[in-house]
Parts: sequence; structure tokens; C-alpha cells
Amino acid sequence: MYIAYTQYMDMHSELTVSRSDGRPMYLQIIEQVRRRIASGDWPPGTEMPSIRQLAVALRVSVITVKRAYRELEQQGAIETRHGKGSIVAPRAEAGAQLMEQDLQRLLDQILELGSVLGYSAEEIASRLLAAAEDSEEARR
Amino acid sequence: MTDLAVQIRGLGKTYPFFTLDGIDLEVPTGTIVGLIGAGGAGKSTTMRILMGLVRADHGTVRALGYDLSRDGEFARREMGFVSEDLCLYAAATLKWHIGWIRSMFGTWDPAYAEDLLRRFDLKPAQKIGGLSRGQRVKALLLLALARRPKLLVLDEPTAGLDPIARQEVLQALAEILADEERSVLFSSQNTLDVEQLSDHITFIDRGRVVASADKESLLESWRSIRLRLPAGGGLPEIPGLTRDGGSERIAVCKAYPYGPGLLDTLQAAGAEVESVERMSLEEIFVAQVMREREEAGA
Repeated sequence: MYIAYTQYMDMHSELTVSRSDGRPMYLQIIEQVRRRIASGDWPPGTEMPSIRQLAVALRVSVITVKRAYRELEQQGAIETRHGKGSIVAPRAEAGAQLMEQDLQRLLDQILELGSVLGYSAEEIASRLLAAAEDSEEARR
Repeated sequence: MTDLAVQIRGLGKTYPFFTLDGIDLEVPTGTIVGLIGAGGAGKSTTMRILMGLVRADHGTVRALGYDLSRDGEFARREMGFVSEDLCLYAAATLKWHIGWIRSMFGTWDPAYAEDLLRRFDLKPAQKIGGLSRGQRVKALLLLALARRPKLLVLDEPTAGLDPIARQEVLQALAEILADEERSVLFSSQNTLDVEQLSDHITFIDRGRVVASADKESLLESWRSIRLRLPAGGGLPEIPGLTRDGGSERIAVCKAYPYGPGLLDTLQAAGAEVESVERMSLEEIFVAQVMREREEAGA
């Protein structure tokens, strides 16, 4: 019993939301949960904290966590068993697949933003390569 | 058993210089509802009527399943109220007050009270008269929280608190959420506090409710949009779009209710969308109140 409790505490103390981060809090929760799953920290079948417990731990409203869980469920990252709380979706490939989805979503956003600014796909691609070189240089 | 901890319908009260005009307000059981309004908007009056300190001219108030006009004293055994102008005995110590409240309420939780004393950094031996404004608010909160009431009514619980005390108070409020049978109605002029903790938000202005929605829907339904306008053409007339700044060619607008279809409509009208940003609760509050006031004045 005691062990289960500490494991659970560790689990949601890994999540944090920031008020100064401009993104809405439910998105911050979604992203962090997905990252935990994608990295394998939370393997398939892991029990998720209950909505209320996570709300208390993060000091956000219940409805914010509810919304994050609902979207995570729609994305297939977690599964909610009626009356028993949620677990990380029990599929072995979930981790890599989630990261793949994240990458695709970011690429879509880049393309959309680029088109608003009037860039072609080729121009965006060359910007991406330039950015990769910059970050390479910064690391040196 | 009811799903609503508070149900207020058509609440009205007329004073010589202020009218509370048909307030509807609900607090679903197990939720935190934030009441946001400027000073003098009617937040305190609404709460005072709920607590039986002021008599309403009309409307119905139910709390915890009781009709307050008839069974107010039963409901209020299970309700806690914190307001800065609640009277404590200045010459008595906090410890004396704790003993006094404890003797009246069997639900008093001594361990929780000890914990709150430590976390709120309060000294039991201190006389109430010697407390700062922030300490007084914390003492009142302690006296209300440690009774573990089913419904907490908090009138500006974070006003006048320093940042550390504010975080402690917000933490204590967040912990109440762990129990799904307990509910909180709290008012604030500080939208950040409300934004963080509330499940449901009600805006009140000049004695009227101007908006009431669950927090996520409210945040989702407003956007600030920056547009580049076509040469010679003004801002297209689109319902829900109001301009509040910019230059001749650039328009900064607020959109409500916002949906992705709005952007298509704008592009079709020749306006180029430069950015779409979410708004903070404070920005939404101001926009909603200004819109409401304009409509009332028109």
C-alpha cells in the first residue's frame, strides 16, 4: 500500500504547469503526459493519477485536467476504464507513435504559419536546415 | 441529494445607489466557482444574501439542498464564510477564537487546524487586534476551513495578501478539491487567482451577470485577432468581431464567439489574418464587460 502511494506521488510530481508559459494549462498537461509516455517513463498500462488528485497536485481546476484527459483519450494516449480511472494506453508501440504524431502536428503548424507569412515549402525547408546549423553551432 | 451546492435564481436587491438585478448563479457540487467583478459590482451583496446577512427583495436562494428563506440555519451549519469585514474579537487571541469555533462545530478538525496554523504562519497566542490585514484574512480562512464545511463562500480571500501568503491560501483552496463533496464559491478582482483554480466562472458587472460559463469554454470562445486590411477597404462587418485598435491598414480585433470559420470569412472578405491569440481571463473579462456596457448604453 505504502509503495503504491509513493509511486503515485512520484508520478504526478513529475508534471508541472507554468503560469508564465503562454500556452493554456490543459495543453501543458497534455504535452507533458505525452512526453512521459513517449519516453517510456510511463509504460503502457501505467495507472494515471485521478483527475482530482492531479488537479490538487498541480493546483489547477478539475475541469482543466478533465479536458486534458479527454483529449489524451481522443488521441489514443490514455484509456479510461469506467469507474476505474485512466491508464496509459496498453499498446507497445504507443510511445514512438505519439512522438511521430507530435512531429507531424508541429510540421503542420510550421507549414501553416509559413503560408500566412507567404513562404513556399522550399523556403521553409531551407529555413529548417539553417536553424539546424545554428543549433549545431550553439552546441559547440 | 442535489447536484447543486448553490442555486440562486433571479436574485434582486435595491439600494439607493445600487441595484442587484436578477442574479442567477449555480455552484455544482464538488466544483470551485469564481465570481469576478470590479469593486461595487455586486459580488459581496450576492454572497451576503447567500449567508443570510442581507435580505433579498426577490429571487430564490438554495444551498446544500435547503431553501435558505426557510431553512437557512440548517444550511449555514455546513457553510463557511470568509470576508474581510467579518468581526473577530480584537482583544481575544487566535487560540481563543479556535476554541470558540471548535465548541460550536462538531466537524472541527484539530489536526487540519494545526497544519493550517503552521502553513499560514500564524501564532495562536497573538491577539486579533495586533494582526496585519493579511494575517487577519488567513486567520478567518483557518477558522472557516478547519470546520470542513461542505460549502465555502469566500469574499476576496486573496485580497491584500503578500505573494507567499497568496500561494498558501491558493494551495489550501486547491486541496479542498480533493473531496468531491465539497464546493467553493469565491470572488476576486484578481483574475489570475480565479483562472487557476475555478471550474466555472461568472462575470458580474453593475449588479448583473454578464457571462457565466465553464472556464475552458470561456477561454476557448474568445480570441484576439490581428488583421491586415485591403487597401482602401475597411474592416468587414462580421458579427462577433469588434475592433479595438491598430492603424489604417492593421486592425486589432476581439472575436467572440470565436470559431475557425471566422478566419475563412475574414480571408474571403480580403483581410489577411496576421495572428490569432488566446486571451487571458482578465482580457476576456474587460472585453465582455465593455461590450455589455456598450449594449446597455446603446
